Amino acid sequence: MSDTILEVKNLTKHFKTKRGMLHAVDGINFSVKRGQTLGLVGESGCGKTTVGRTLLRLIEPTSGEIIFEGKNITKISLNKLRHVRKDMQLIFQDPYSSLDPRKTVSQIISEPIIANKIFKSSEEIHARVAELMATVGLAARLFNTYPHELDGGRRQRIGIARALAMEPKFIVCDEPVSALDVSIQAQILNLLKELQAEFNLSYIFITHDLSVVNHFSDEIAVMYLGKIVEKAPAEQLFKNPLHPYTQALLSAIPIPELGVKKKRILLKGEITSPINPPEECRFKKRCVYAYDKCDKHPDLVEISPDHYISCHLVEKN
Amino acid sequence: MDKNNLVLDVKNLFVRYETEDGIVRAVNGLNLQIERGKAIGLVGETGAGKTTTALSLLRLIPKPPGVEECDKMVLDGLDMLSLSVKELEKVRGKDISMIFQDPMTALNPVFTVGDQIAESIFLHEEVTYAEARKRAIEMLEVVGIPGERANEYPHQFSGGMKQRVVIAIALACHPKLLIADEPTTALDVTIQAQVLELMKDLRKQYNTSLIMITHDLGIVAEICDEVAVMYSGNIVEKGTLEDVFNKTKHPYTEGLFNSLPNINDRKAMLTPIKGLMPDPTNIPVGCPFHPRCPYMDEDCKKPQWERAISDTHYVRCSAYDRPGFHIKRRER
Amino acid sequence: MISEKWKYSPEELKEYKKRSMVKEVWRNYKKSPSAMMGLVILVVIVIMAIIAQVVYDYEDDIVQQDIMNRLQKPSAEYIFGTDQYGRNIFARILYGAKYSLAVGIVSVAISCFIGSTLGLIAGYYGGRLENIILRTCEIFVGIPSVLLGIAIMAAFGQSIVVLMLAIGLVYVPMFARTARAAVLPVRDQEYIEAAKVSGVSDFRIIFTHVLPNSMSPIIVQVTMGVANGILTASQLSFLGLGIPVPAPEWGAMLSSGREFIRDYSYLTFFPGLAIMITVLAFNLMGDGLRDALDPKLKQ
Repeated sequence: MSDTILEVKNLTKHFKTKRGMLHAVDGINFSVKRGQTLGLVGESGCGKTTVGRTLLRLIEPTSGEIIFEGKNITKISLNKLRHVRKDMQLIFQDPYSSLDPRKTVSQIISEPIIANKIFKSSEEIHARVAELMATVGLAARLFNTYPHELDGGRRQRIGIARALAMEPKFIVCDEPVSALDVSIQAQILNLLKELQAEFNLSYIFITHDLSVVNHFSDEIAVMYLGKIVEKAPAEQLFKNPLHPYTQALLSAIPIPELGVKKKRILLKGEITSPINPPEECRFKKRCVYAYDKCDKHPDLVEISPDHYISCHLVEKN
Repeated sequence: MDKNNLVLDVKNLFVRYETEDGIVRAVNGLNLQIERGKAIGLVGETGAGKTTTALSLLRLIPKPPGVEECDKMVLDGLDMLSLSVKELEKVRGKDISMIFQDPMTALNPVFTVGDQIAESIFLHEEVTYAEARKRAIEMLEVVGIPGERANEYPHQFSGGMKQRVVIAIALACHPKLLIADEPTTALDVTIQAQVLELMKDLRKQYNTSLIMITHDLGIVAEICDEVAVMYSGNIVEKGTLEDVFNKTKHPYTEGLFNSLPNINDRKAMLTPIKGLMPDPTNIPVGCPFHPRCPYMDEDCKKPQWERAISDTHYVRCSAYDRPGFHIKRRER
Repeated sequence: MISEKWKYSPEELKEYKKRSMVKEVWRNYKKSPSAMMGLVILVVIVIMAIIAQVVYDYEDDIVQQDIMNRLQKPSAEYIFGTDQYGRNIFARILYGAKYSLAVGIVSVAISCFIGSTLGLIAGYYGGRLENIILRTCEIFVGIPSVLLGIAIMAAFGQSIVVLMLAIGLVYVPMFARTARAAVLPVRDQEYIEAAKVSGVSDFRIIFTHVLPNSMSPIIVQVTMGVANGILTASQLSFLGLGIPVPAPEWGAMLSSGREFIRDYSYLTFFPGLAIMITVLAFNLMGDGLRDALDPKLKQ
């Protein structure tokens, strides 16, 4: 069993719009090791959510390859995909719209079990649902309640239980705690960490919140307008951010501590449009260091072990 | 605290909503005093009563089902409790102003941004509409938007810029007190940084007092002078930044700090506060936090009171009656 | 595979047994006074219709003309008076309930079933399929319902069954449109994506997720459909194409009483009242059912 559970090569997704071709994701490369977490970070419009959906083929990629456990799943039939989907799951951001309001907690959690015919007898299905509920910390008495009767934290636990129902190996967590209060966030993050240890799960953790991703990832990839601009082990990225965007992003986080003297790097202007983007570096218009070489988008290069960056400045120094 | 220089003085504010399912006790005996020119962060989680407090200060609580009781609410010398509706309309926007969380829905899509800013000026000051329009353009420039864009419509602006327009409207008449209700939550973090810098500059320029409602302690550290931590409708701890961040006293405040992922220490497991904030129709007796508090004892079920730690710092926690008691989070 | 500790005994399972959907809905339905009133009215109408079948004889009581007694004002003997042929209006109204109920309900059932299925499919799959279905519906919507009904009856002969079919088909586009519009907001919800990721087939998604969440507008459309059905039936009957005269179909009675409306208004008043009360009952029930089916409304 190889160490790498997921490998993505040149993943691209373009959407046709009235105003032109929208480059949501443009030639992304990364891999995830078994039992580890890759954090995918960026602000709105960077394409991280599209990446998450494309990995599971909820959105079909325009080009590129997705290789899961050594098998290329990019173009396989939907039928074969259903088998793979047992191993790959998704936890959604919004605990309100990701649960069918007309189904009870147990119906929601048991749906994948029933749809994939994992257990036949209702006794076994009930037992499995009870087990999952206990695993994620949902009280048994909530078996027949409806989502709207519960708070955001509990709803998110339902979503997690649902994702675990088929004993997946790999879970894409799409901003799983962004909609939750701070103390509930902490509860859910702890839960996700425990589950990872217990079941040797691999995660892709998509978020815009850098403090959370630092806490939670082994490796982090920073995205901007559909491209990865920097990728490094989490500790490295925070200690030594190299890309100007990463630096600005890190400096923008308000720190809940006094006396932290921090120079705030303010970016010029606003994010540029992902429709028909020009050849130049996508970050050029907002970058204070831009020079003539930046007229062409830089490749992602490894400048120190495991630390990748897409920036012409590396050539300068 | 300089009692003669208060821009806001609120004593004993109670707000409840009487509904079919019970009485929702949103604000329970809140006291708040803000000095002129200072910024206070009103921190708490969902359901703590922060937005209700803000709406009450603007006298915008719908009655029914809302019921308000308050001993004193004075805004820069004006007794807010005795004003008629017409008088309140003059005060809102001019002396006290509010920014809401979602810039996407705060602007009217069928009016230009210039008109929306000008409307506020025109309603409150004795000027012609043309004058108001001119000042609106100036205001746009102040918030960093080119004046030529005054004739554009909200949908032509991005989220961050819309929020700047909203700030421009709120500050157009130079109010004495600005209430900002989670103004940057819906924005990206780099845009949030820009908007926070803008707010800091504007505060200095106009000497506006600010109530910054947020759940993000980082924002509070950046932009505020004082902090008030709210839980279940009351302030459980209040003080300067130094007091609350480095000399934390209340167990709930401690719990909030412990739940935060620490950028400097990645490997640490987060220690969330167990349980949930109580249902506002069913608030525990005495200290509303006691069921979740690791330091709880029987005295916590008795009525709580504001205990002064220093001139600037107070806490609502009967545990400090016990000799030698202190929470684990020590002075830093 | 599952450790023994998670297996519940049958007694425990009973406690956790899913609350029966029907009982739940009924419990909620009962809470609304207007919904109950609608139900009561409908039950009364149905009982009256059944009694009428038993008590009255078609030939003697309903269609037998009695010119001597024509146009009698309402009295103790003739509770609603007599019509221009001397027939007992009260008896005819009671007897005629069965036609309106039957046509209203069956035709709506046909339109709802066919139309909603088309609309659900159109809304869920989008693209070409949606286009084809929508455009076809639009073509039919352009044809006045009565004309379409006439065409169908002319082609297939005149009988109560064809009448129901005709009216049913006429209102298919309305249901298709309503169902599709109801599906659109649901289709983009994350729980639909979650179901796909869980490996649920499209068919199951449409019927277990999309349909229950788009049902409200369809239910309202059903009640409106009953009203429309009754009225369209009356138009067709008036033209001689519906239920043939002298059958006491309410709409037909309404139409035939028109020429006497000035001096003998009770000829039209009572059939009109009967239609109105029936339609009201269906509307109240429809509202009540829609509210009862929604788990989010405060119970």
